[in-house]
Amino acid sequence: MHASTTQDGVSQGGTGGHLVTIDAVMQQVAEHKGCGTQGGSGKASCGSAAGQGDLPTEIWEKVKNHPCYSEEAHHHYARMHVAVAPACNIQCNYCNRKYDCANESRPGVVSERLAPEQAARKVLAVASTIPQMTVLGIAGPGDPLANPAKTFKTFELISQTAPDIKLCLSTNGLALPDHVDTIARYNVDHVTITINMVDPEIGAKIYPWVYWNHKRYTGVEAARLLTERQLRGLEMLTERGILCKVNSVMIPGVNDRHLVEVNRAVKSRGAFLHNIMPLISAPEHGTVFGLTGQRGPTAQELKALQDDCEGEMNMMRHCRQCRADAVGLLGEDRSAEFTTEKIMEMEVDYDLEGRQAYQARVEEERVAKVAAKQEELATLAGARSDITLLVAVATKGSGLINEHFGHAKEFQVYELSTAGAKFVGHRRVDLYCQGGFGDEDGLQTVIRAINDCHAVFVAKIGGCPKADLLGAGIEPVDQYAHEFIEKSAIAWFKGYLGKVAAGELVHTPRGDAAIRQGALIVAA
Amino acid sequence: MTYKIVASQCTSCSACEAECPNVAISEKGGTFVINPKKCTECIGYFDVPQCVAVCPVDNTCVIDTAYPRYQVAG
Repeated sequence: MHASTTQDGVSQGGTGGHLVTIDAVMQQVAEHKGCGTQGGSGKASCGSAAGQGDLPTEIWEKVKNHPCYSEEAHHHYARMHVAVAPACNIQCNYCNRKYDCANESRPGVVSERLAPEQAARKVLAVASTIPQMTVLGIAGPGDPLANPAKTFKTFELISQTAPDIKLCLSTNGLALPDHVDTIARYNVDHVTITINMVDPEIGAKIYPWVYWNHKRYTGVEAARLLTERQLRGLEMLTERGILCKVNSVMIPGVNDRHLVEVNRAVKSRGAFLHNIMPLISAPEHGTVFGLTGQRGPTAQELKALQDDCEGEMNMMRHCRQCRADAVGLLGEDRSAEFTTEKIMEMEVDYDLEGRQAYQARVEEERVAKVAAKQEELATLAGARSDITLLVAVATKGSGLINEHFGHAKEFQVYELSTAGAKFVGHRRVDLYCQGGFGDEDGLQTVIRAINDCHAVFVAKIGGCPKADLLGAGIEPVDQYAHEFIEKSAIAWFKGYLGKVAAGELVHTPRGDAAIRQGALIVAA
Repeated sequence: MTYKIVASQCTSCSACEAECPNVAISEKGGTFVINPKKCTECIGYFDVPQCVAVCPVDNTCVIDTAYPRYQVAG
């Protein structure tokens, strides 16, 4: 959710016409994701400072505080979506419109639909309450560009009243080529296109029909039309310097291996980030895939595909597949605080200066966090080991280990090696503690979700779950409570390597883990 | 005849409202309805009724047999 690239990896940034290498953008983005992968041309690595670096100001301003682009930014900044776009122009087999889109929002709950004027008021209300709210997205529940009048009216109103808020939209791409100029005119910073295939034969298994130019197309013809218009829309956006992220839903047996090809196709057209998400599929969603028993991928299958594509371009691994009217930071959803009824009663005082001061403090925190990580990483220099393992972290944000094990709605997963700590994903466990502490079934759900991890870092944990985790072979670690995640993980890993070297423990690989089905549920 | 929307199946997505060439569709009580006085089954505009083509739920925009078949004037 910005810079156009040519095939040799040169990108033209923004309207200023500066030439900047895509590597430089990736370097910054990777740093904000925690730590990029090592080696390979066009890829970022650990080591750059948190800051603008060599980036042109307009690109840096676009990416530095966008939570949908970087996990690290997601710790500090919040986004919100407004559901002003109910209509859709295509049918996906993973979506049942009776329950909104099962993959982009929470199934079973119909979003409150807003008129553009209500949406603009909601944005002001939220931005006044949550100063770290920096991004407004329109993602549905249908397709924003199948509702162009409502979508662009909303952007117009918000750009007038809250000019510091970044605008982005997420589309299936079918109508995209028709609206690129309007998107550019409203200064939309970022566009996400959901591209699940570039082969119409595969597309026919995902999309039963598309509606275009007053006609419904089906089968391979529909998929061909969709892929052509998606890729053309992507090219048109990147030519204009608008940042583009591509979302793909990983459907095992349908498009899983094909997504490597999709990755190449979108990279060559200038997409700057690829987000491969697991299929969410259960019979109760009433989707075609749910009813045919199409399964979603396991955690290891998803990670393996993301790793394969990472050689090609930067992968986004922190997407929480939040609902189309989500509000908040990380996995939290504060949308219930901002219903139409409530926002109409709220006194809204849009304090632009106060927001900027708050965000300046956040920037200081971010620099401190990166410095702490670099310092700890330096102590690992010279350590030699082939051991690579995963650890889970309970966090509420700010890059800190600051969540109680039983309160965690999700765990962030970091891959540790002598190269450092790399964020590789998150696992949702939706409130194991909700029904009271010590809920055995809930605990088993958590263990299944992080079963591939050697340790779990928490701010606090009770005696019972501690014993059960140890029994399952996962070490609960609470000694780094309220400290920086990466610094702590590296310190712990150093100790782990030391114990292995001293023969105190034997390193054994862990098994696979489950991806929780169904979208995030708000705490009762 | 004219088309009608089966209210129990309508998702209120509003897709049909924007596509109707006769501006015959509007929201009423949470779902969408077709004004039979305005519906022309898209005859004279398109090969297929637009509400049927765009509706995400099959068999939701259907012929209402209570009304006579639409006749092109003249």
